Amino acid sequence: MERKLLTKDSYKLLISKIISGKYQLVAPVKVDALVDFRRIKSADEITEDYIVTVSSAKSVAFPRNEKLFGFEKNNKKLEQTDFDFDSIPHTVLLGVRPCDAMGFASLTSIFCWDSVDKIYTTRLERTIIIGMSCAKADASCFCTSVKGNPGNTAGNDLLLTKTPDGDYITEIVTEKGAKLVAEFYELFREDKGAEKEPLLANVPEVFELDGILAKINSKFDDEVFWSEQAMRCLGCGACAYVCPTCACFDIQDESHGKTGQRVRCWDSCGLSLFTLHTSGHNPRQNQGQRWRQRLMHKFSYMPDRLNTVGCVGCGRCSRACPVDMNIAEHLKSIIDN
Amino acid sequence: MNNIQQKTKELLESGACTLIIGYEKGTGGKARPVFVRKAEHAAKLIFDESCDQNIAGYLYRQEIKNESKKAIVANNHTLKSIVELASENQIHEGDFMVLAFTAEGEIIELKSFEEIEKHVATLYHGLNDEDKATMQKIEAMTMEERWGFWENEFSKCIKCYACRASCPMCYCPTCTVEINQPQWIPVPSHTLGNLEWHVMRAMHLAGRCITCGQCAKSCPLDLPIHLLTYKVALDSEQYFDSVAGTSVCANNVLATFKTEDHENFIR
Ligand code: SF4
Ligand code: SF4
Ligand code: SF4
Ligand code: SF4
Repeated sequence: MERKLLTKDSYKLLISKIISGKYQLVAPVKVDALVDFRRIKSADEITEDYIVTVSSAKSVAFPRNEKLFGFEKNNKKLEQTDFDFDSIPHTVLLGVRPCDAMGFASLTSIFCWDSVDKIYTTRLERTIIIGMSCAKADASCFCTSVKGNPGNTAGNDLLLTKTPDGDYITEIVTEKGAKLVAEFYELFREDKGAEKEPLLANVPEVFELDGILAKINSKFDDEVFWSEQAMRCLGCGACAYVCPTCACFDIQDESHGKTGQRVRCWDSCGLSLFTLHTSGHNPRQNQGQRWRQRLMHKFSYMPDRLNTVGCVGCGRCSRACPVDMNIAEHLKSIIDN
Repeated sequence: MNNIQQKTKELLESGACTLIIGYEKGTGGKARPVFVRKAEHAAKLIFDESCDQNIAGYLYRQEIKNESKKAIVANNHTLKSIVELASENQIHEGDFMVLAFTAEGEIIELKSFEEIEKHVATLYHGLNDEDKATMQKIEAMTMEERWGFWENEFSKCIKCYACRASCPMCYCPTCTVEINQPQWIPVPSHTLGNLEWHVMRAMHLAGRCITCGQCAKSCPLDLPIHLLTYKVALDSEQYFDSVAGTSVCANNVLATFKTEDHENFIR
């Protein structure tokens, strides 16, 4: 893979040039005590002081609310305004962790499963992902258990790794990444060949993925196993909403008088209403069944049907969960039980 | 082995209890709720300052209601919620054992709602210094500043409902946000819809919020939404002398009419 070097000064310059050019820049910023992705207007807003952001980067391609089309009723005639593809901005997404970058492949497999979701794919096409390798990890990280690693290039267009001097080793992963480098070629230096491995966080493997993939289906009918796991789960949407690979959405009409819009917004299999039928019947009646769905979807249905594991080991769900439903621990217990 | 482990081990061994709802050490050493059924697992249980989560909500959960002999390890928030839930007829005396702690950290069994009420009466009911300071800061703001403050906070809400799920007082099987004929509260998490959701939540908790702060502690985006329900709780106290979680016989402030009620808040 081709490598370049971005000095700390040219890194700042690159950011300023991106902002003043045709792109909008989305990057991790401090939001009070948290770090989350925001559109930024100056390089000073960016922080590097985070393990992972609270929310994943997915909202760049799959926003939490998105107007699909608008409608207006005029004298019994209904007029529709279609989705405006021109409104999708060209975005550079900076500071994405390797796990998050890998999450887009999972999302894409769902949004392009039987028919292509053009809104999602256009958003992603217009996004350039500049990842940032992880020098630190915490107790919730487990990327190495799901075939990722703290310096994984997959899913990124460029991957930066910070050297002890404060410069950035720049790996050019895709065509898109190469184009961006070409656009700002004067900022990139020849790579000095510094070793990347020693700069990366150490993330121990928590479980053996193949073991889980081989065993999880046989656990499906073990109601006691799932209900014991989910005993403390409160049935909210926190885990799904912060997850880089969770793709479930709800479709809502919001109308005011004669005008309105159809909106797609995030939904979660953890919520009891998710599967409630109009008849009143709910095929997933308890939290055990809902929790089973969460794990089966990621570790059985997606590998079977889409050839991808629906989890990149970012640990966000565990950090966001009000009752610490540590997913890696629960997955491990599938092998142990 | 500390006294919580000893006590629960005895309860499980003797068969007095078949399930203990308590706390254990979770990821990175932080406390999380745990359910212990076997005496040999009692060693998992902990009780220290890190155990500040309000876990009273588990008491009315169907899976747990079905268990006949259960005990709950109750911190002060949980105790107050038990009193409030009892006053709202959501839980019933004798359905569970309550293990609480004296100020010296001694484990005690509170055998009736009356005993819980008495114990609760000895606890501090005010807000912590940080919350007091933030409330004062907000109250000193002009209307525009205050609007700006909350608009910024509401813009962050992803409507994951972790706040609702973790509040023991939010027990409605169908929440107003889920009623769609007609749709009271917008489902998408835009700022205006979020504002409606949080104002609705605060009003539904009027006189019922026991000021445990669990809703905000559960919020992944750190919204200080507990301040909204706190404000209404303080108003309930100021105008109606009603402090939630202190009396099993109390009638809910918004569900009761008294001729001596003040009306000077209506402007
Ligand atoms: S399931 Fe959890 S650990 Fe896996 S990708 Fe989603 S948020 Fe990250
Ligand atoms: S696992 Fe945690 S975050 Fe997910 S639904 Fe359950 S309580 Fe909410
Ligand atoms: S306030 Fe926080 S916990 Fe509540 S719905 Fe919004 S994001 Fe979720
Ligand atoms: S502080 Fe929040 S969680 Fe606690 S009772 Fe009040 S509204 Fe519920």
